[in-house]
Amino acid sequence: MPPAPPSGARQIWRRLRGRPAALTGGVVIVLLVLIAAGAPLLAAIEGQDTTSYHPGLVDSASGGVPLGHFGGISGSHWLGVEPGTGRDLFARLVYGARVSLGVAIGATILQVLIGVAFGLAAGLGSRWVDSLLSRVTDVFVVMPALILAIALLAVVPGSFPRPVLLTLVLGFLAWGGFAKIVRAQVLTQKSLDYVAASRLAGSSPWRTARRELLPALVAPVLTYAAITLPTNIVSEAGLSFLGIGVTPPTPSWGQMLSSATTWYQADSSYVLLPAVLLFVTVLAFTVFADGIRTALDPRAASRLRVGTRAGRRGAGTADSAATPADAASGIPGPADPRGGGAA
Amino acid sequence: MTTPLVEVAGLRIEFPTDGGSVRAVDGLDFTLGAGRALGLVGESGSGKSATAYALLGLHRGTGARVSGTVRVAGTDVLAADDAELRRLRGGAAAMVFQDPLSALDPYYAIGDQIAEVYRVHHRVSKSAARARAVEVLDRVGIADAARRSRSRPHEFSGGMRQRALIAMALACEPRLLIADEPTTALDVTVQAQILDLLHELRAETGMALLLVTHDLGVVAGSVDDILVMRDGTAVERGPVASVLDAPAAAYTRALLTAVPRLDGPVPAAADTDVEAETETDVEADGEPENAAAALSGSAEDTPAVAAGARAPSFVKDQPSPARGAGRVPAADDGALLVAEGLRREFGRGRHAFTAVDDVSLTVRAGETLGVVGESGSGKTTLGRMLVRLLDPTAGRVHYRGRDIAALGEKALRPLRRELQMVFQDPVSSLNPRRSIGESIADPLRAEGRLTDAAVVARVKDLLDRVGLDPDWYHRYPHEFSGGQRQRVGIARALAPEPKLIVCDEPVSALDVTTQAQVVALLGELQRDLGLALVFIAHDLAVVRQVSDRVAVMRGGRIVESGTVDEVYDAPQDPYTKGLLAAVPVLDPAEAAGRRESRRALRDVMVTAH
Amino acid sequence: MTGLPAFLVRRFLQAVLVLLVLAAVLYAVFYIAPGDAARLACGPKCSTAQVAQIRGQMGLDDPVYLQFWHFLQGIVTGHTYSTGTGSLHCPAPCLGQSYRTGELVTHLIAEKLPATASLALGAMVLWLVIGVGTGLLSALRRGGITERLLTGFTLVGVATPVFITGILLLLVFCSWLQWLPYPSYVSLTDDPQQWAWNLLLPWLALALVEAAKYARLTRSSMLETLAEDHIRTFRAYGVGEGAVVRRHALRGALTPVIALSALDLGTMFGGALLTETLFGIPGLGQQLVQSVQLKDLPVVVGIVLVMGLAVVLANAVADVLYALADRRVVLA
Repeated sequence: MPPAPPSGARQIWRRLRGRPAALTGGVVIVLLVLIAAGAPLLAAIEGQDTTSYHPGLVDSASGGVPLGHFGGISGSHWLGVEPGTGRDLFARLVYGARVSLGVAIGATILQVLIGVAFGLAAGLGSRWVDSLLSRVTDVFVVMPALILAIALLAVVPGSFPRPVLLTLVLGFLAWGGFAKIVRAQVLTQKSLDYVAASRLAGSSPWRTARRELLPALVAPVLTYAAITLPTNIVSEAGLSFLGIGVTPPTPSWGQMLSSATTWYQADSSYVLLPAVLLFVTVLAFTVFADGIRTALDPRAASRLRVGTRAGRRGAGTADSAATPADAASGIPGPADPRGGGAA
Repeated sequence: MTTPLVEVAGLRIEFPTDGGSVRAVDGLDFTLGAGRALGLVGESGSGKSATAYALLGLHRGTGARVSGTVRVAGTDVLAADDAELRRLRGGAAAMVFQDPLSALDPYYAIGDQIAEVYRVHHRVSKSAARARAVEVLDRVGIADAARRSRSRPHEFSGGMRQRALIAMALACEPRLLIADEPTTALDVTVQAQILDLLHELRAETGMALLLVTHDLGVVAGSVDDILVMRDGTAVERGPVASVLDAPAAAYTRALLTAVPRLDGPVPAAADTDVEAETETDVEADGEPENAAAALSGSAEDTPAVAAGARAPSFVKDQPSPARGAGRVPAADDGALLVAEGLRREFGRGRHAFTAVDDVSLTVRAGETLGVVGESGSGKTTLGRMLVRLLDPTAGRVHYRGRDIAALGEKALRPLRRELQMVFQDPVSSLNPRRSIGESIADPLRAEGRLTDAAVVARVKDLLDRVGLDPDWYHRYPHEFSGGQRQRVGIARALAPEPKLIVCDEPVSALDVTTQAQVVALLGELQRDLGLALVFIAHDLAVVRQVSDRVAVMRGGRIVESGTVDEVYDAPQDPYTKGLLAAVPVLDPAEAAGRRESRRALRDVMVTAH
Repeated sequence: MTGLPAFLVRRFLQAVLVLLVLAAVLYAVFYIAPGDAARLACGPKCSTAQVAQIRGQMGLDDPVYLQFWHFLQGIVTGHTYSTGTGSLHCPAPCLGQSYRTGELVTHLIAEKLPATASLALGAMVLWLVIGVGTGLLSALRRGGITERLLTGFTLVGVATPVFITGILLLLVFCSWLQWLPYPSYVSLTDDPQQWAWNLLLPWLALALVEAAKYARLTRSSMLETLAEDHIRTFRAYGVGEGAVVRRHALRGALTPVIALSALDLGTMFGGALLTETLFGIPGLGQQLVQSVQLKDLPVVVGIVLVMGLAVVLANAVADVLYALADRRVVLA
């Protein structure tokens, strides 16, 4: 018998290893993060930057379509140049990765922090605190977050750095799912016997929470974060696509797509670059999140058991009225669609 | 010679798992003649349910590998095409499942579900099928069957659902009925009714019965032959009377010995025989003396208990208005914990219900108080109030003379260590993310008196004390079996050197042999440490085995209480009488006799439902 | 059924609360934000005096909470605006008038709603057919090449944001293959055929993304239902696989699907912002994006409230559908 905890890091790694798709997703994610982190270096190697105009590389007669094949690909402009301005696309894409990933990761972290705080307070607090916080959470779950984000983004002065603003807006509006999951998990845990045993052991509530409850939150929060992250990438891209998020000259994939829509008939490679990158990124995160979910899901392991249930269930099932009936309720599904709808 | 109805030869069933595959059944042969009844008995993991499923080809399409020969009513199950298999299923052989709620479609009326099955096998009109459904529902004892056939499953009680499932099985007049743990999810009184029903139906229709169960008591009165399984193979087989009376295999003997008897510690001639053998048998499992000691009862071996406990010190729970005021016992009459007028309500407004209603009891130092009741009787709630895991809505709990019912959490904390609990579910009572050593060490660390090394040393002592290897300190709960986990739970309860342990169904999730070992361990610990135990269980036989005094609960109240001998040998309350009459016994002849007496009692008995 | 009315009341109160919070937040945000609504309404050529006069007429001199209160009052009782030369009556659910054009917000919304509804309803039909179809197929044909293909398709669909699908569709069908004209919205009442023809690509763009989500949900829900004990019962009684699926699995499996469609329809009714912008469909979403950029507060608040209402209503409907399908709820 291996002396490892059932949901320890090693266990997760073992389960992930058996899923090539998830691993590929993970590798792609690592590559993307490296690209984003090393954007200045990569641009320097190419010898370009994100803001310099190259009017000589676009055909001013046709309105600015890049000269040359495939959007002006050349030895000095590896992926061609932007129509109209002649800005280097490779540099804009790698810097854009910084913004897209940075905003998504930042927003996810914010959502986790706020959601966990609310969920914990609701789950551990008194009945009164719980119902108050749950109502607040409900409002944020039902709130059409993207629509509100649009309104908020519109009124903040342009001098405020847009990526930071996007992070804050997404983070502060869409944490409801995390709060619900954490609260449900805390309530389930609270009704478990080992938490009762911890009370009987004379532990203080804080000690019980730290030792018994908090470790149990890691897996569900991690899983939900893995699912939420690609959603945040798409939200950022969508807002920037609408011209409300990141605005030029700062590059982000959504912003590039936005300006590409006016060019797609004349210069389709300009559209395809950010589109493909965005697609690959979201796909990688989705596949990876699926893998994480299966790796962390305790049911996945037991699903294979057939036919041999040991059942002595007659005893004291209705007797255990001591456990709160609503403990397991209110866990939003992993594909919880609320709040993400600005399609 | 006629071909038997069921012929199984060289049956092997393998389930694929993460790490290779698990062989659930490994070379099993048996036959079942038309009209006969065979009991397939074994503990969890013995492969008995997998075998039952194989008779209907239910492993098809699940990924399980089945090989060997399975012939049922002339159909070669493993070779049959889908159409042949469908004709067999429900037509020639029908199955009754363990959990009758999930086994029925929640969206459809029960009558419609039976009619649907009937029409699969008979070309009749919808209304004719519906009429047949009402007919069989009536036959299985559903009152007002025509009306009730329009109800959906959740509107039925557990026992009625199981009757409905049996009705579905009856609909097509099968020649074989396969019942997979048909009464495991039911209370003992309902279990008796269902078993009686199966018995009557068999006598009436002449169908054969394959009864799959873990409970030897269930087969004793219900089958002709018995097949004991262990780890996927047959250990012993033969007529039920001879196997139960004179088991040949050591495993069967151990199994029989482990079954708690309702007649409890009273030494009967037959019992002493078995126990004498057991000592050597159970030795393989590592605890010879314990098992024997506990099985032979506590009366002789436990002077400390015998002295104080046999006196009827129990506060009789008769609804007399004067009682509430009196009987706060002085500290010197041995009372450790006295509960008075305990009451607990859940929910508010219209949804409010009273789980425990005006319960008073006394636990003396060093004695065991058994609390027995069916599901919903409030026994768990009561147990949790005694250790103050739940706050009573009303009433007092005097612990060593001090009322702790209303103490705040902080004020309670110093007392916590003296009142411990052993939980029912060996899975949820241990944190899967912490090593068992750390779980046991928890109370010691919370107290903060001992150094780290001293804590570890003490935990290792405790592990040793409950029969576990001290070197398992750093192992995690998932590496242990149910019985071992329960031992860890007991060690954790012992760690702070408590005066009283409330055991809430401590053995009900365990197999019968493990159950006997854990019960023995508890008895031994109590003797050595002078603990007081409150032993809560639904199993009357187990309670008799361990208790000095016993309280019978029903609907949140104590309906009867007294010493075990008083309550078990001369029950006063009709509910207690009904409960006792419903408990299955191991002697087939006696089982038949009890079936008759149950029939007589039926008018008097009021079931819990 | 005793629980349902209480549930509905609670849900209604919650919906009102959410909408109030939404409106209040918007008011506060726009109030704090720089920019002068009166100058906006008057136009760049107005004199300072004129702006001040308009500010008075619009009630912009009042404190923000009073403005908000008047706004709420207008929703319940209606409002009459003086326009300097005369007066303009705004009937009961009055959401104010546009700073920019003076048009009543309710009129504007009524004008934009048909396009949004056309897009949402058509797309939903498509995504339900495609999504539920592939989901069921891949759940029932397990282990084959079909399942692998369908799983791949849904994964790609889920990972493709709608604006990318939209651009690709435009690129392929309008630019490269030139099978379809670049879409421009035609009203259903004007020319039904042109209406459908022009909405085909927007519908597809929306539906492909949604269909992938529905396929995944349908598949997992179906597999879960098929693993339930009562399915085993009917198999064990010789009921054919087709009948088991049709009679005993489908209903349970599709309950979450139907609840989710209610939810999504609400969101779409709130305006498929990206799709409308990309394809130039004159719906609520496009209007919202424009008004936000113009800082036309009454229009923004009005549209956001209508969108919020759609989402909140859809949430309630989804919950009710779940409650109705819940096996423990007994319908009288």
